[in-house]
Amino acid sequence: MADITFKIDNVDIKGKPGQTIMEAADAAGIYIPRLCTYEGLQPHGSCRVCTVFVNGRAQAACTQPIAEGITVDNSSEEVQQIRKDIIEMLFVEGNHYCMFCEKSGNCELQALAYRLGVLAPKYPYLFPKRDIDASHKDIFIDRNRCVLCGRCVRASQDIDGKNVFEFVDRGPDKRVAVNSEAKLSDTEIDVTDKAVEVCPVGALLKKRVGYAVPIGERLYDNKPIGSEIENKNQSS
Amino acid sequence: MKKIVIEPVTRVEGHGKVTIQLDDNNKVTQSRLHIVEFRGFERFILGRPYWEVPVLVQRLCGICPVSHHLAAAKAMDVIVGADKLTPTAEKMRRLMHYGQMLQSHALHFFHLCSPDLLFGFDADPAIRNVIGVIEKHPDLAVQGVMLRKYGQELIKATAGKKIHGTGAIPGGINKNLSIEERDNFLKDIEQILEWSRGALKIAKDYTIDNLDKIASFGSFDSNHLGIVRKDGAMDFYDGGVRAIDKDGNKIFDHLDNQKYHHYIAEEVKSWSYMKFPFIREIGHENGWYRVGPLARVNVCDYIDTPEAEAARKEFMAVTDNKPNNITMAYHWARMIEMLHSVEVIKSLLNDDDLQGNDLVVSGERRNEGVGIIEAPRGTLFHHYQVNDNDQITMANLIVSTTSNNEPMNQAVKKVAEERISGKPEITEPLMNEVEVAIRAYDPCLSCATHALGKMPLKFELLDNDGHIIQTESRN
Repeated sequence: MADITFKIDNVDIKGKPGQTIMEAADAAGIYIPRLCTYEGLQPHGSCRVCTVFVNGRAQAACTQPIAEGITVDNSSEEVQQIRKDIIEMLFVEGNHYCMFCEKSGNCELQALAYRLGVLAPKYPYLFPKRDIDASHKDIFIDRNRCVLCGRCVRASQDIDGKNVFEFVDRGPDKRVAVNSEAKLSDTEIDVTDKAVEVCPVGALLKKRVGYAVPIGERLYDNKPIGSEIENKNQSS
Repeated sequence: MKKIVIEPVTRVEGHGKVTIQLDDNNKVTQSRLHIVEFRGFERFILGRPYWEVPVLVQRLCGICPVSHHLAAAKAMDVIVGADKLTPTAEKMRRLMHYGQMLQSHALHFFHLCSPDLLFGFDADPAIRNVIGVIEKHPDLAVQGVMLRKYGQELIKATAGKKIHGTGAIPGGINKNLSIEERDNFLKDIEQILEWSRGALKIAKDYTIDNLDKIASFGSFDSNHLGIVRKDGAMDFYDGGVRAIDKDGNKIFDHLDNQKYHHYIAEEVKSWSYMKFPFIREIGHENGWYRVGPLARVNVCDYIDTPEAEAARKEFMAVTDNKPNNITMAYHWARMIEMLHSVEVIKSLLNDDDLQGNDLVVSGERRNEGVGIIEAPRGTLFHHYQVNDNDQITMANLIVSTTSNNEPMNQAVKKVAEERISGKPEITEPLMNEVEVAIRAYDPCLSCATHALGKMPLKFELLDNDGHIIQTESRN
């Protein structure tokens, strides 16, 4: 089928039919910030960090298909501010203490905050009371840091075929529950499962490996999140 | 009865207060250093995974976080069964720690206490501060900055960051020292040594030249406690706990570090959030002890680097090789330690083990671990219990400044008795002399107090009914 031509920030982009805006942008070396999306998992469209304006309307780039002639705003001040506000809200509605979190330097939420220039949140911290599940011998859940991206839910269902995780409750009470009476140790999860690997923050962790990578060698110590996509464009 | 309240004094860049009670004849009847700050770390790390603790708990402090980082890591070594670290891991940790000792001692000597030593306790407060030092002794001010920078760069090279790094992990370290990093440090080491010798000379000359005046200033006999190597040598990173009395007789030596609580206890007093540690067999009344540079020089048998050992011998000769109980001698002892640290750093930098790649070991998992280390301000105890799910279930920390709690109270009492008794009017020199006595111990609180030569003290004079009859504030 013929390529679809559209614009991102006034740059002509050619995409394939069926691609989302994010997929086409990635292929073109244009980074659209994202959090709940993960390569190989079905798009979820829940975090809205990838919000772009399509012909003037806010859409999630990870779920919105491309169409001939559309114009996508990925960089205006308004778009950037929406993303920044979302990141700030994610920070204040959980308990994110980057200073001692073992995910620091490898955390996508933290890296997005750096990339988007979030300094101190303007919203009040909610300091929710969240629980920890350390029952599994190799895996640790710290719900203080969960951003409800659903990556673990989808990875467990779609890739691991285990359905270990599921969302329960609604609104501010929404959380990721495990598929057992109470504890992670009662589920089928294994430390090698994809679900454990995909968490963007420090909510679902392998035990006893924290801080093994020194500062300076962590994923985002020397390059901002998204640069791997942008660099792809430069090298091609 | 009248009561003078000095508030705030601080602990960790925070707050404390001094109260001095006078009888109807204006004689001092009681003086106390209260620590009114509550930190809460022992409680809020409960439930956290054990490998997180060395990184988390160092947030107690921004001045010597490496001490907490390493004390916690040493406790976690016990938890993961790492009874002997690899040479690379232990030497990297040592380099981190001695770098910290250098930066912390340099900060205290050059920028916090030197105004008192260079200008006098009662000098005009307008010049008795770090700005005054910069104006009158710019060379010293710069040396202080450069010495501190060198130490901080060592911390960065070993821990990843100058403040609150992640280098030490349970069972070892997460990086080695590259050749390039090593060579960068080696090119400046002789200059660092020279400046450290100069600082030692200032501290020594000051002490000897003013011995008549300072021998009794805030001074008192006490027990001393610190860790020493198995052969009795000074060692900041590891060793057995040794306690001696005021005459140098050993109270205990190299008991099991994992059972420190069998020989050290802590007393809680209603008027302070800081506990009062004491040696169990002596009891809380007389079992308190001093820690830090003075105690360490007193308890060790020798220092295993030549220049610091020569300096130690000179130091001990002043008190006929008996323990030195002069509060103001802390400054001299601190500079001996700084020179020792630089000598050790030089030796470590020339050790190929720092370039090794064998970084972590583990063994039989345990549920309880104690880590003891000599922080710049004194012996630091970290004690944790961990459940089978890898979560912390108990934490107890005895921080250096805590051990010096009673000694600082004693020092305040001495100054109060000498300066206030019979003189109810509070003068600026009095306030500074209270600070000088506290500051000799380099408690964490001193860092926030002397930056501009004015500890944020508030004195209140109250009558019998608790009414304020005089207030003096320097804020």
